[in-house]
Amino acid sequence: MIGLNEYLTVAAILFSIGVAGIYINRKNVILLLMCVELILLAVNTNFVAFSSFLRNQVGEVFVFFILTVAAAEAAIGLAILVVLFRSRRTINVEELDLLKG
Amino acid sequence: MQHHILTECLIVVFSPLLAAIIAGLGKKIVGRTGAHTITIMAVGISFFTSLLIAKQMLLDKSIPMQLDMTLYTWAVIEPVRFQVGFLLDPLTILMMCVVTFVSWMVHIYTIGYMHEDPGYQRFFSYISLFTFAMLMLVMSNNFLQLFFGWEAVGVVSYLLIGFWFKRESAIFANLKAFLVNRVGDFGFLLGIAAVLMTFGSLDYLPVFNHAPAIASTNPMIEIFAGYEWSVFTVIGILLFIGAMGKSAQVPLHVWLPDSMEGPTPISALIHAATMVTAGVFMVARMSPLFEFSDTALAFIMIIGATTCFLMGLVGIVQNDIKRVVAYSTLSQLGYMVTALGVSAYAAGIFHLMTHAFFKALLFLGAGSVIIAMHHEQDIRQMGGLRKYMPITYITMLLGSLALVGFPFFSGFYSKDTIIEAVHLSTLPGAQVVYWLVLGSVFVTALYSFRMFFLVFHTKERMDEHTRSHLHESPMVVWLPLVLLAIPSVVIGAAFASSVFGDFFSNSIFVLPEHNVMKTLSEEYHGAVAMAVHGFSTMPFFLAMAGIVVAYVFYVLKPGLAETTRKLFLPLYTLLINKYGFDAFNQTVLAGGTRGIGKFFWHVGDEKLIDGLLVNGSAKAVGMTAKVLRHLQSGYVYHYAFAMITGLIALSLWFMVRV
Amino acid sequence: MTITFQQLVFYTFSALAILSAIMVIASQNPVKAVLFLVFSFFCTAGLWMLLESEFLSIVLVLVYVGAVMVLFLFVVMMLDIEVDDLKTPFVKHWPIGLVIAAIMVGLMLIIVGKQHFGIDQVPIPEALPKDYSHVKALAMVLYSDYLLPFEIAGVILLVAMIAAIGLTFRGPRDSKTQNVSLQTQVTKQQRLTIVKMASEGAPK
Repeated sequence: MIGLNEYLTVAAILFSIGVAGIYINRKNVILLLMCVELILLAVNTNFVAFSSFLRNQVGEVFVFFILTVAAAEAAIGLAILVVLFRSRRTINVEELDLLKG
Repeated sequence: MQHHILTECLIVVFSPLLAAIIAGLGKKIVGRTGAHTITIMAVGISFFTSLLIAKQMLLDKSIPMQLDMTLYTWAVIEPVRFQVGFLLDPLTILMMCVVTFVSWMVHIYTIGYMHEDPGYQRFFSYISLFTFAMLMLVMSNNFLQLFFGWEAVGVVSYLLIGFWFKRESAIFANLKAFLVNRVGDFGFLLGIAAVLMTFGSLDYLPVFNHAPAIASTNPMIEIFAGYEWSVFTVIGILLFIGAMGKSAQVPLHVWLPDSMEGPTPISALIHAATMVTAGVFMVARMSPLFEFSDTALAFIMIIGATTCFLMGLVGIVQNDIKRVVAYSTLSQLGYMVTALGVSAYAAGIFHLMTHAFFKALLFLGAGSVIIAMHHEQDIRQMGGLRKYMPITYITMLLGSLALVGFPFFSGFYSKDTIIEAVHLSTLPGAQVVYWLVLGSVFVTALYSFRMFFLVFHTKERMDEHTRSHLHESPMVVWLPLVLLAIPSVVIGAAFASSVFGDFFSNSIFVLPEHNVMKTLSEEYHGAVAMAVHGFSTMPFFLAMAGIVVAYVFYVLKPGLAETTRKLFLPLYTLLINKYGFDAFNQTVLAGGTRGIGKFFWHVGDEKLIDGLLVNGSAKAVGMTAKVLRHLQSGYVYHYAFAMITGLIALSLWFMVRV
Repeated sequence: MTITFQQLVFYTFSALAILSAIMVIASQNPVKAVLFLVFSFFCTAGLWMLLESEFLSIVLVLVYVGAVMVLFLFVVMMLDIEVDDLKTPFVKHWPIGLVIAAIMVGLMLIIVGKQHFGIDQVPIPEALPKDYSHVKALAMVLYSDYLLPFEIAGVILLVAMIAAIGLTFRGPRDSKTQNVSLQTQVTKQQRLTIVKMASEGAPK
């Protein structure tokens, strides 16, 4: 039988892959946003697993809201990306260092 | 009655000061003539008032033999009172008369000697100021005023040695004098502090009256861990260190020959008759304290004898006329200090007095020769001057005879007393000291008559131009010489009875077991008898031997001196280098201090403070900033990475803790 | 050792999800990366189905994949990216990232491992009744206790939409319109310039 810990393990692995992706990727800003989506996915999986095993609906309600917010955030993020591309003509992360101190 | 004496004392002390201020500050107002008139008048008044006080105390007996007057309370720190006051007793009176008389003679002499000098008024102002300081020193009734006078004479000596301040050698000499004096003063100040600590007061009479009581408890003090010293030994040695500086004893003697850079009048006044005798005076004044420490007395005696003999030897090889007299002064000071060491304080003071006269005479005579020779000072360039300067010749002869201790002259009485006193002393090392002082008699005769013959006899070695200008000095120059020659001859005989009598009994305190003077006074049968007896004593034979040797070496066979020099070249080199004291001071002490200063400057200041602390801290900030700057890369993924890493670190820490 | 059907499904879906997640960050082509992400989402939806939350898994596919991932694809296609630039996606520092990720996984596994959340600690709940409807259960909670957050979520979506438009809309580019207020405010200097010229020469 599949226990809770197996689902949580899967979620943990997905989370770490997302984090690694943020750091490893140097070429593409879109990849950055996709890794954020991966992270959110892992968190959602966690919530659903807990909700299912503990027979508590609140977890799933939370997933609902996370999905909403993730969608909104993806939209705005991409809009910013488009504007950035218009002015900088590049989406290479290594060239976006205007905040350099 | 007291009021009356106080006024007289004030006149004695303050008239030279007033004259000094007027001559010094009012240069344009009084002019050259005004400067010398005011100062000579003031010092003359001082001298006659001192004689008046002497008459009142000794002849009229209208004032007590010991008079302690307090003029003014300067400061009070309970329970110590710092006051200004005068202590009059025979010792003080003697010093006052000697100081004022010699100073007066020097003032008159200076009119002639410094005639063409641009600093004429300044010189008179300084020598009057010196007279004031010396009088404050001898008349004081407490240690603080003594120290004030002590330091003041040091300062005026500095000003006068460097009088011709544009000369490099003069500046070197005056700084050397002041610094070496400072070393002595350091010990002196520690001694005064020790007195204050032991007795709780700085006034002479309370301290002297309490001394026997405190000495009987045999107080000890621990200076370095584990070593206990008798308090009186500590006080004695420390006070004597001050005397060593001021009276130029080995090893603090190095400043005196160099002080000859100053004009001859001050060599006579300060470095023969008065300032250098301040140390001797001080030890005699403090006899109630010194008597209670055999160690301190032995120390004094040995240092005195060493100075006496060694400095005499150096005098033999000197070629500058003033240097010969300077080393002679050092040697005679050694005699005085030796006398103090064997508790013959009276003899020491007696020799101080006779020496003041004949040494001042010798210096002023040397000055007269120098003026005549147009400021040439090398005796190898002189010779046969007796034809041209008869008065100077005769007075110098009288002075030299007094110096070597020829019977009937003043020096004989004081010197022979000292030698006999040393012979009778029971202090450890007294035997060696006796041989040293005897040897010094021979050496003294040798160098003084060497100089005498080379200058006044032998063939003329000066050039034609100088010879044609040779003539006796003007009256302002030879009159003081004559006036000083008189006491050089007679004062010994005149005073001997008083010295052996009870002249000093109120001022000088001697313990019975040390009292060599008492033994000597029992054998004293009058001045004439002593002189006649003197012709058959060892010192007389040694003095004659010295004169004969000098005659043979310099008059009969002039080449003999040169041959001897070549024969004894190592000894000669040692003497001409003054035993290496100057070399040692220059390289080790002065050079070492400069080296330390340089070290602190380069390493301490430049490298450590500037480099490490100031610049280093700035550099450290810069380096840290250079590294930390990379945190602000501007890359989002770096920031994200930092966040993740921090998060992991925190969670790791939590897990490990829990 | 027999594997139950449930286990088989679980392991397959989770393996595929993880593999495609790795391919997301490892692929050279951004389009491929997006597609891999889509695939990862599909597998995760399958996982959620296993957890008996059918509604949410369908919503994941429809909304998340269908809208958000397609949006990603739109943007990827729209931006004129130099493909050669992306030939070497990995940088020199990739071991560090891997190490960090590994540490993170390790940490999390320690926490969510078998000893804390295994079958014994959190037992498998009893089966749901036959007429259980996930949608209904969700709706019962969502529209009663969490009504306010629900409405706010709607407002958030509206705000996101406005924000996206506000950021990117530059106005109609190619159409020529008149701006009457500007036209009436024109001055002579803006329309007429007098130039002094030398004469070309006397007329012949």
